[in-house]
Amino acid sequence: MSRIVFATVLSLVLIACGSDRNPDSPPQPASLMADPVDFEPDETGRPPESALASDQILHRGNAEEPQTLDPHLAQGVPALTILRDLYEGLTTTEPDGHIVPGSAAHWDISRDGLLYTFYLDPESRWSNGEPLTAHDFVWSWKRVVNPETGAGYGRMLAPVKNAEAILAGEMAVDLLGVEALSDSSFQVTLEAPTPYFLGLLTHPTTFPVYRPSLEAYGASHVRPGQLVSNGAYRLADWQVRAFIELVRNPHYRQAEQVIVEQVLYYPFEDEGTEFNRFRAGDLQWTYQVPSSQFRWLENNMSEALQVAPWFGTYFFGFNLQRTPFQDNQGLRQALNLAVDRDILTSSVTRFGEIPTHNLVPPGLPDYSPYVPETAEWTQAEREAEAQRLYQQAGYSQDNPLTVELRYNSSENHRRVSVAVAAMWKQVLGVQTRLINEEFRVFLQNRAMGRVTEVFRAGWIGDYQDAFTFLELFHSEHARNDSGYNNPGYDRLLGQIAAERIPALRRNLMVEAERMLLADQVILPVFVYVSKRLVDPRLQGWQENVMDHHLTRHMYLLKAEGKRIHGDSVVADTQGQPSRGNAEDTRTPR
Amino acid sequence: MLSYSLKRLGSAVPTLFFLITVAFFLIRIAPGGPFDSERALPPEIEANLAAKYHLDEHLVVQYARYLWQIARFDFGPSFHYLDWSINDLIAQGAPVSFTLGALALLLALVIGVPVGAWAALRQNRASDYTVMSVAMIGISIPNFVMAPLLILLFAVTLGWLPAGGWAFEPARMVLPVITLALPMIAYIARITRGSMIEVLHSSFIRTARAKGMPEKDVLINHALRPALLPVISYLGPAAAAILTGSVVVERIFTIPGIGSYFVQGALNRDYTLVMGVVILYGILIIAFNFLVDLIYAVLDPRIRYDESDA
Repeated sequence: MSRIVFATVLSLVLIACGSDRNPDSPPQPASLMADPVDFEPDETGRPPESALASDQILHRGNAEEPQTLDPHLAQGVPALTILRDLYEGLTTTEPDGHIVPGSAAHWDISRDGLLYTFYLDPESRWSNGEPLTAHDFVWSWKRVVNPETGAGYGRMLAPVKNAEAILAGEMAVDLLGVEALSDSSFQVTLEAPTPYFLGLLTHPTTFPVYRPSLEAYGASHVRPGQLVSNGAYRLADWQVRAFIELVRNPHYRQAEQVIVEQVLYYPFEDEGTEFNRFRAGDLQWTYQVPSSQFRWLENNMSEALQVAPWFGTYFFGFNLQRTPFQDNQGLRQALNLAVDRDILTSSVTRFGEIPTHNLVPPGLPDYSPYVPETAEWTQAEREAEAQRLYQQAGYSQDNPLTVELRYNSSENHRRVSVAVAAMWKQVLGVQTRLINEEFRVFLQNRAMGRVTEVFRAGWIGDYQDAFTFLELFHSEHARNDSGYNNPGYDRLLGQIAAERIPALRRNLMVEAERMLLADQVILPVFVYVSKRLVDPRLQGWQENVMDHHLTRHMYLLKAEGKRIHGDSVVADTQGQPSRGNAEDTRTPR
Repeated sequence: MLSYSLKRLGSAVPTLFFLITVAFFLIRIAPGGPFDSERALPPEIEANLAAKYHLDEHLVVQYARYLWQIARFDFGPSFHYLDWSINDLIAQGAPVSFTLGALALLLALVIGVPVGAWAALRQNRASDYTVMSVAMIGISIPNFVMAPLLILLFAVTLGWLPAGGWAFEPARMVLPVITLALPMIAYIARITRGSMIEVLHSSFIRTARAKGMPEKDVLINHALRPALLPVISYLGPAAAAILTGSVVVERIFTIPGIGSYFVQGALNRDYTLVMGVVILYGILIIAFNFLVDLIYAVLDPRIRYDESDA
């Protein structure tokens, strides 16, 4: 009897797992295995009509349900991704992340870098056909900084004159440094020259919202039928936690260049489910991949697996306000040096993450990060130095340090933390107590700083500038959970904000990062990578460090024929690398 | 019967009130708030948000405000899904969960009861053991194992059914309904078998058989009816649970029901959402338990809710 049962279960399991075990015959649905057709691109790099699939409907996995589709309130990558399809800012991005004119056709910048005048594209319209005007931007930006709006990203407009005072409720909203010179010219006055300002304008917080709709419907102005937007797509349907459907906006200024007719965004609470849906051919684009499946993906779905460096750093923070790390720079450095990043990324995280000893990730066009001397040592040398510092701090094998390492509950964080604890144990003999906490409990403990010792942290840059990382450690920054309080560092940040000459500003930023790393405030581990599965037939997009991928650049090719690589299809006409591309929080959880 | 019903209804109000009070304060005790994120908000914005959602008021004032709101059937705005009210979210999600739950319940009854009864008639024979062992496996295999297995087999490998996603169409419902129903089938089969065996050994069955009543009538009219009583009592709370959705099934099949709100609402500190689904669940539990008691009276002639018998 029990044999029958056993055999039944076994056969079920074997059938189900067979696909994972047998690399020779992965049971891929036809749609996924089919290669796209080969084609000769025209002068714009686009495929001819004949190469395109007849159904230009794109299905994109999109992690969690967006909290809101109001561009001024939205946070989190899933919402911001959809908003970049629905709306367009004064500037926008090319597939490679390069900043190009968006709703504004061109602009003037005053010699002192404080006055920007944007001239709107005469073709810029709302999705109901009405023209987009400078007054729309004036009204929208005032809404963002109005404290009553409660815009989570309100500080994106902080460079604009008076914005910070208005956000703090200390000044009238009307004093914001924006003005409509005419229906088509929009002028912005800044507090200080902000080299990344044009990049900020690709962030949804700076997008215009349609005033009549907002005034008529209030908070529900973002529902289908009531949402009026100015981007390449308009909202057709929204079933909460099922899908969000966008269709091509015929009034978009470059509507004739948009190929994908319809895009559906699906929220997934479970990465394994998204993966199965992709394998079943239901999706052409996933938000992420199951972290435990990397080997299998590499072997079986390498055509679809896309991994690229991302503008974010994974690190651990030391709490500088409590023992044992308070006033103990040597001990912090010992722990820092004892961690072997190469092993962590090659054996633990395993998705091609880049080991780092820095806070600011690589990939910035105008910033070469300061490289600490120890980053160039061998790991053996680092460990020897770590042992020396450890002993100097008064600890030894007989009198080991006991430390708490805190992270928010997640399999990935657990694995990294266990590995770090093991390295500390092996190299120094440190006794580590691992503590995992539910996300919001963790955040609160981190912010209060009363119980933390070492804690997991991470940051994805908001805009393509080193300052987005450096400002985190200002003594008064709300996310300075280490409690780093160095007047010299604060002064440097102030100088960076006011500096007008790019080369000098860059030097100041390098100096700030050097100071922060020398003070051993954090233990950097690796640079994040973005990782997803993309149907090889979906092209027109490119990897970029900010991980922005607008649907309007994409197109679906017919199946069959030989496949050519995306890079050779899309002509790279712009020689210059991308710059100042505002990013958001894909909260590294 | 009427006065009994009124009495039950009367006792439901304080029960619900107690539930609301406990849930309201418990969720507020949890550390962290709905607007916390890795990106800390500037204190001014945080203060404004708190004021907008009345989080700056004393907890007791908030509690009174909330009671007054729900008295008017307004469950308030969601703290997490900013574009929707709790009424919107439940109105969208509940039909999905109810449909799936009702189908699963039906499937579980249609299969579970006959299988259990059949096993009881073959008590201690090989077929009885086989059925009950399979049922034991059905109970023991958690749905988070069963669901991916079913998806891998029927959606990814065979390609017969969709791997997930939701629409009111049969193909999309098959796998989630089966996943939901499997453990229930097993429970119901085991309960039916157990109570059927007990009933079959009781004296009134022996009497019926002794009278020469056809075996079919004995089983259906005399044995099955009382044997169903334990199944009915199991079904009360089970129906309330299955109709309010399953976190696991919704996650794995990406179904926009209300089951996930129990967990996501709590993790996001979406206070109003948690309250909304808890109250809905509470109402369903109370209603189904009442229904169970009424069905008891129908099935068991010894139970009467009249004044004289009460």
